[in-house]
Amino acid sequence: MATSFRQVLQTKQFVVTAEIGPPKGTEIAKLQDNVSKLRSWVDAINVTDNQSAVMKLSSLAACRVVQEAGAEAILQVTCRDRNRLALQSDLLAAWVLGIRNVLCLTGDHVRIGDHPQAKPVFDLDSVQLLQVVGWLNQGRDCVGHPLEGATDFFPGAVVTPGAEPLAPQLLKFRKKIVAGAKFFQTQAIFDVDQLKRFLDAAQPDGIPILVGIVLLVSPRMGQFLNENIPGVYVPESLLDRLASTPKDKRVAEGIRIAGELIHALRDGHLCRGVHIMAIGREEKVPEILRAAE
Amino acid sequence: MIVARRKPLSEIEAMLQDLSRVLIVGCGTCVAVCQAGGEKEVEILARQLRMRARLVGRQQRFDEITLPRQCDPEFLEPLTSLAGSYQGIVSLACGAGVQLLAEQFSAIPVFPGLDTLFLGVSESPGIWSQRCRACGQCILHLTGGICPKTRCAKGLLNGPCGGTHFGKCEVDRETPCAWTLIYERLTKLERMDLLERILPPDDWNVVSQPARHALPRQFEEKLARS
Repeated sequence: MATSFRQVLQTKQFVVTAEIGPPKGTEIAKLQDNVSKLRSWVDAINVTDNQSAVMKLSSLAACRVVQEAGAEAILQVTCRDRNRLALQSDLLAAWVLGIRNVLCLTGDHVRIGDHPQAKPVFDLDSVQLLQVVGWLNQGRDCVGHPLEGATDFFPGAVVTPGAEPLAPQLLKFRKKIVAGAKFFQTQAIFDVDQLKRFLDAAQPDGIPILVGIVLLVSPRMGQFLNENIPGVYVPESLLDRLASTPKDKRVAEGIRIAGELIHALRDGHLCRGVHIMAIGREEKVPEILRAAE
Repeated sequence: MIVARRKPLSEIEAMLQDLSRVLIVGCGTCVAVCQAGGEKEVEILARQLRMRARLVGRQQRFDEITLPRQCDPEFLEPLTSLAGSYQGIVSLACGAGVQLLAEQFSAIPVFPGLDTLFLGVSESPGIWSQRCRACGQCILHLTGGICPKTRCAKGLLNGPCGGTHFGKCEVDRETPCAWTLIYERLTKLERMDLLERILPPDDWNVVSQPARHALPRQFEEKLARS
């Protein structure tokens, strides 16, 4: 890897990351294939951590697969499944295995996932996890004990620009910056004005924000997002546009929509880049980026 | 108070099916208030069990007694002379009461008649909600009198997660988002400074399981003298 994600964020005008979900099982061929399709198009690949509280191959192992396949990984770490010992020990493991970027998240509650009977851990929250990453970087653990060899992670966090109400979300956004977040990746945005309202209120100053782009493939998916995903708003006009597109052309139309959105964000200098979540259609990321030209 | 709910009749019946003499013991404190294990509930359970026994042709006798409290040995005194004549005791107390009974009358099997739920308050008639996790490190003065450890589904200490939605929780759209409530309360109290503060993770060692608490020795001695 010539330039690290950390350096890219400092030097490149418009940064692109994409999300990949690890398999539910041990079959990693598709993951490797997706990485090979994406690696020349994106600056880093996020690997989700039991996303939506659905049990999958660990983010840590999948990050290693991503890096072996030639892309730089961003390890997503949630607070849902591990206490502070396990989190720290996995972070040290990640460093040893060559992972350099960590995205600290709270994590969806187990009750909405596929193991609703599991004990939700949440020993730390995302703000405290960012602090812990900072301490590991300084060569000590979260109770102050020295480490034999420190980490030097590049820590990031997430924010939901469309959160309602926005003020408590902004409170947490600011705490994450104080706790050491060096970049943000956002929840999906479909409406540029919604993002502008957030940016006006948040005043993120110099902190890089990569805006979340989700590939819409049907009006039903848009409705689902509107009804079920807090802080995500798909405007009626986009739902209509997809509804009036013949079924077999909807994925292509969704790619155009995502491309136009990225184009608008880049042209309007509204953010430092985008974070593409193609949810199960990761191989479409290059087409989305071509559509954004 | 401690909030509990009665176990389903079938579950209690199955525990007792081989016993011919059973004493049902109610508790007159918390669980009486939440209508799960007081005198009235003891009477209802006894009638239900008698009816079931008659229906399936089992020879069973169910007697009733309700103590003012089951979590204090002093209040278990009335059972001392009674207990020996029963093959089993059903306790309609919280888990603490059931255990003290089992400890005090260790020769007789004690069965739980309730499922203990949480420490909470009465919201409106017939509705209770959890308010306290008994963490041993109260921070309510920092969070506007609303406990995020208990009332946030994830127990988050530094603000809402991304699942908050128009003041409701991602886990259950009927449940208020604790951090939206805290934000509103502290804003109203003009304590924005508290909102900016990063709270450290809980110290789980403060109330480590199994927890025990003793009054300071001097205080105990003073009590003994008085």
